[in-house]
Amino acid sequence: MTSPRPALAGFEEVLRSGRPVVTCEIASGDSPDPSGLLKRAAAVRDHVDAVNVPDNTSGIAHLSGLAAAAILAQAGVEPILHVTCRDLNRIGLQSHLLGAAALGVRNILCLTGDHPIHGDQPDAKAVFDVDSLHLLRIGESLRKGRYLSGRAITPAADLFLGSTENPFAPPFDFRPLRLRKKVEAGARFVQTQIVFNVDRFRAFMAKVVDLGIHLETPILAGVAPLRSARAARYMRDRIAGMDVPEALVRRMEGVPAARAEEEGLRVGAEIIDEVRTIPGLAGLHLMPIHWEAAVAELCSRTGLRPARADHSPDLPPALTGTPRAAAEGGRRA
Amino acid sequence: MLEPVRRFFRRHPRAARPLELAVLPFEAASKKLAFGCKMCGQCILHETGMTCPMGCPKSLRNGPCGGVRLDGHCEVVPEMPCVWVRAERRSRWLPWRGAILRIQPSLDWSQKGHSAWVNRLAGLPKGDRP
Repeated sequence: MTSPRPALAGFEEVLRSGRPVVTCEIASGDSPDPSGLLKRAAAVRDHVDAVNVPDNTSGIAHLSGLAAAAILAQAGVEPILHVTCRDLNRIGLQSHLLGAAALGVRNILCLTGDHPIHGDQPDAKAVFDVDSLHLLRIGESLRKGRYLSGRAITPAADLFLGSTENPFAPPFDFRPLRLRKKVEAGARFVQTQIVFNVDRFRAFMAKVVDLGIHLETPILAGVAPLRSARAARYMRDRIAGMDVPEALVRRMEGVPAARAEEEGLRVGAEIIDEVRTIPGLAGLHLMPIHWEAAVAELCSRTGLRPARADHSPDLPPALTGTPRAAAEGGRRA
Repeated sequence: MLEPVRRFFRRHPRAARPLELAVLPFEAASKKLAFGCKMCGQCILHETGMTCPMGCPKSLRNGPCGGVRLDGHCEVVPEMPCVWVRAERRSRWLPWRGAILRIQPSLDWSQKGHSAWVNRLAGLPKGDRP
């Protein structure tokens, strides 16, 4: 296989441009036929700079994230591959990352991983040989052309490593410090957990800015549209580490089911407009959760545009400019 | 401070074994009672607010995962407070509170069940780990 060349500007390059960046996450799917994956990618590719592919979210088996990311890369979509410590030990992780680099997947999001107890096979053994910080350091080692054993890799693996932080899980004061640890370990970009509680996120970002982390590493805030009141309740009650304020759940419950999607998009757009005014952010990371059409809708409502160079520079910058102002002109041709 | 002792063990690597046999029962019993020790053989208790991080179901050595519940409990074992929430709170009381910010190397699983005290004297586990 020839090494695939992404048609979009590389994610690292786009982050370096300093323009606000938009990424989004799509499911890798449950089918050996990649057409569904490509369809989901097609729905979002014109609105974002890079597309995240998760690694068996919640401990439920799906199409391999690496395979999905490689398929996206070949289709000219810049992938960000999630890699967790749940299913592979350090030997597996090294070969996995090297394999990603060989397939043209260089953006790696290093995560601890959900425990299998939340998935559909709670009887599975959780590996957790290393943690997400170690995973970042494993990636760093490969970048420098060495396996952990010291054995040389030629040429060195060209990886662009990122990580996550969840500002909404205790201990709240420790979260920015843990983020700094991750940056020290090698994180070059950060995508956060979904922001529903904007006040908590603002406090987190204030501490991050105090520590100067945002100057070293671009931080993208996670935003997700709610599709129904049920989805809101599910996220509040069943997904640990997720903070869905009561007021938001009541608001979703207050509209008839037929108008729930519209209300969810409205909530999403409001959160985007609020979050983009918070200092220290480099962009947004959309998590539509099986609702890819919402990405285009949210982008058009809020004037969010990818930061790729092919956009006319005289348009107001999506994050710092007046929100919604670019809603009409924001759509990519 | 430990360098002369380590030099001794480097010269006589087999001396660690009988010492470990003598120390292990006492170490295991006392640390288990006081800290719920899991005998990983590479104790970092003093750097994690005197809270054993090995009680974490994901055996995280560098801080809490993103799944801590809003009440500060573990996502895997809901009735158990997150060891890292506890570690962070306790570490504030220690004169060396900054130690929790150090990046801890990954575990050397081959040392599991061995004496962390003797390992410390002998300069184990060796090698560069991520």
